[in-house]
Amino acid sequence: MFDALSLSALPPEDEALRPALRTLIAGAIADLPLHRRARSWQGFDAAFSRKLGQAGYLGLSLPKEYGGIGRGPFTRFVVVEELLSAGAPVAGHWIADRQSGPLILHYGTEEQRRFYLPRISRGEALFCIGMSEPGSGSDLASVRSRADLQKDGSWLLNGQKIWTTNAMHSDYMIALVRTSGTNEDRQSGLSQVIVDLTLPGITIRPIVDLTGDAHFAEVFFDDVRLTPDALIGEEGQGWRQVTAELAFERSGPERIYSSVVLIDAWVRHLDAAGRKDSATLRLVGTLTAQLAVLREMSLAVTARLVEGESPVVEASLMKDIGTGFEQAVPQLIGDDLASNPDEPVDAELYRTLLYVTHIAPSFSLRGGTREILRGIIARGLGLR
Amino acid sequence: MDMQELIAPFARIIEDICTPSAIRAVEAGGDAAPMWQAFDDSGFLDALVSEDLGGAGVSLADAAPLIVLLGHHAVPLPVGDTLIARALLTASGARAPAGPIAIATGAGATPFADVAAHTLLGSPQAPILASGDDPVNGGQALRPIGAVLRALLISGASARVMDMTVAYANARNQFGKPIGKQQAVQQQLAILAEQAVAARIAAAIGVRSGLPPHLADAAIAKHGASVAAAQVAAIAHAVHGAIGISEEYDLHLLTRRLHEWRLADGSEGYWAGLLGERRMAAAAVSTADYIRAG
Repeated sequence: MFDALSLSALPPEDEALRPALRTLIAGAIADLPLHRRARSWQGFDAAFSRKLGQAGYLGLSLPKEYGGIGRGPFTRFVVVEELLSAGAPVAGHWIADRQSGPLILHYGTEEQRRFYLPRISRGEALFCIGMSEPGSGSDLASVRSRADLQKDGSWLLNGQKIWTTNAMHSDYMIALVRTSGTNEDRQSGLSQVIVDLTLPGITIRPIVDLTGDAHFAEVFFDDVRLTPDALIGEEGQGWRQVTAELAFERSGPERIYSSVVLIDAWVRHLDAAGRKDSATLRLVGTLTAQLAVLREMSLAVTARLVEGESPVVEASLMKDIGTGFEQAVPQLIGDDLASNPDEPVDAELYRTLLYVTHIAPSFSLRGGTREILRGIIARGLGLR
Repeated sequence: MDMQELIAPFARIIEDICTPSAIRAVEAGGDAAPMWQAFDDSGFLDALVSEDLGGAGVSLADAAPLIVLLGHHAVPLPVGDTLIARALLTASGARAPAGPIAIATGAGATPFADVAAHTLLGSPQAPILASGDDPVNGGQALRPIGAVLRALLISGASARVMDMTVAYANARNQFGKPIGKQQAVQQQLAILAEQAVAARIAAAIGVRSGLPPHLADAAIAKHGASVAAAQVAAIAHAVHGAIGISEEYDLHLLTRRLHEWRLADGSEGYWAGLLGERRMAAAAVSTADYIRAG
């Protein structure tokens, strides 16, 4: 079971990308305080995203004929690893680069590919993903937003999305909506549509989170007219498309590095404080060893993507164990620092610890909740 | 030698000679000589010995699937230990003895000590063969090797425990349906599967640098496998209910070993401390860079 997951090495030509990429990233993060760098996933900086695009670090797995770089998941692994471990702001291009681009390449028409993909690769078309709705979180089959086909071939969209990351900063949303049948039909009758977020009838309201940031949004559709080419892929096949898409989202190094800026800062703190007792060293070693195994697991799933597979179960397994690690980090480091109350802690390190502690619950929520992922693993084991 | 072609025959040999009743007989102090002879006759014991010294010259990474199989089938003899011991002994210019060799790396319990004819001490470069009732302390330099060996065995046993537990959950009915249909049970089995995969990946990290392994690789391997061993055993027993702890049911043949191997050659805490020390010596390097450097 899961024997397809085995150690895999990154090709030398991808490893070779690191030095130049580091220089670019260093310029972008030089003035960012630690607690901003810890936001990496949520850090929105459209100018930096465009800079990455111009330098050829976006659209890595998109073919050259559509303005992409024509490499693949391994190249993306290296780029994402560098971005996240440095704490660079990736939210601007994040979703377009890792989900929307591959989705459009896979299911889009030739016209859609030519229209969207070059701009995604340049960091100029920013996307968000409209999956969750009020009353339907992980239960995507229950979405109620509806796009009805009109006589002239256009679609009339009504409904509401929620927890949509960075909708207020995005140019487009790829939304999962019902295009035929009723809610009783569950998976069948769902489709994906590309929504230009400047269209009349769209209202976007940011949702402020418990850290004071606003990354999520509510999006309301009130008689929004979509042109005939808004449909992406096949009408009624949205469920199958979304399932495949989530494998891209769940497997990457982004599922292990969310807390790594905090780990590095803590290691530097321990070094400066000269603390070397055995409990401290064990915790440093534990986090290092776990991250090393998780990185190889993530790379192993990436290798399946390279082989053209859609490793849905393996990606779920990876995400569950990876986000469990990410969430344990702030708890363990917080305990470590507060177990030494007479040792001064830099205010910025403390602020970063609190930020990661407070946002950590989201690590296992975004992209499918833990219990749902375990259900997918159970199905992979033949239990369902 | 193409190892892929040899894995299936090796598995057949093990299945033939290491039946649950044969394992129990050896564990009860019965005559292990016939089982050992079968392994010796198979020719696999010299797999890691270099070709110019009469072996097959297989790398540790290539031989790893064989050692995993030993764990998978709860083989009660130090076959993996002997594979490695013979390679180290012959490379140092010594002759390898015929009987089973256990690798001892500390003052604690040594796996397979009861059924071994010899004990390997010393270091990878200068291995020392002790026999009989010699005190078995002094093999600390072999500890990374022991750790990787145990990680491979844990990886094999964990995969088998996962298969057994999933099969049991599908077969055992309670409240009118298989317990595997209960979401609470499914969630536990998903964690078991995650840990079994983590153990396999961790063990693979341990063999990637060859024999002897890099210290950091051995630490990562044994830490990951030991953490997994405890969780895999606990969940398997919880899902099996009381039958799982009975002598007559085969689960304990594997879970007792998972615990034994977790504790042998340094537990997760030991290896975490050692890795942490090395990591702190490179405190200026990012964690991502540190784990990539291996």
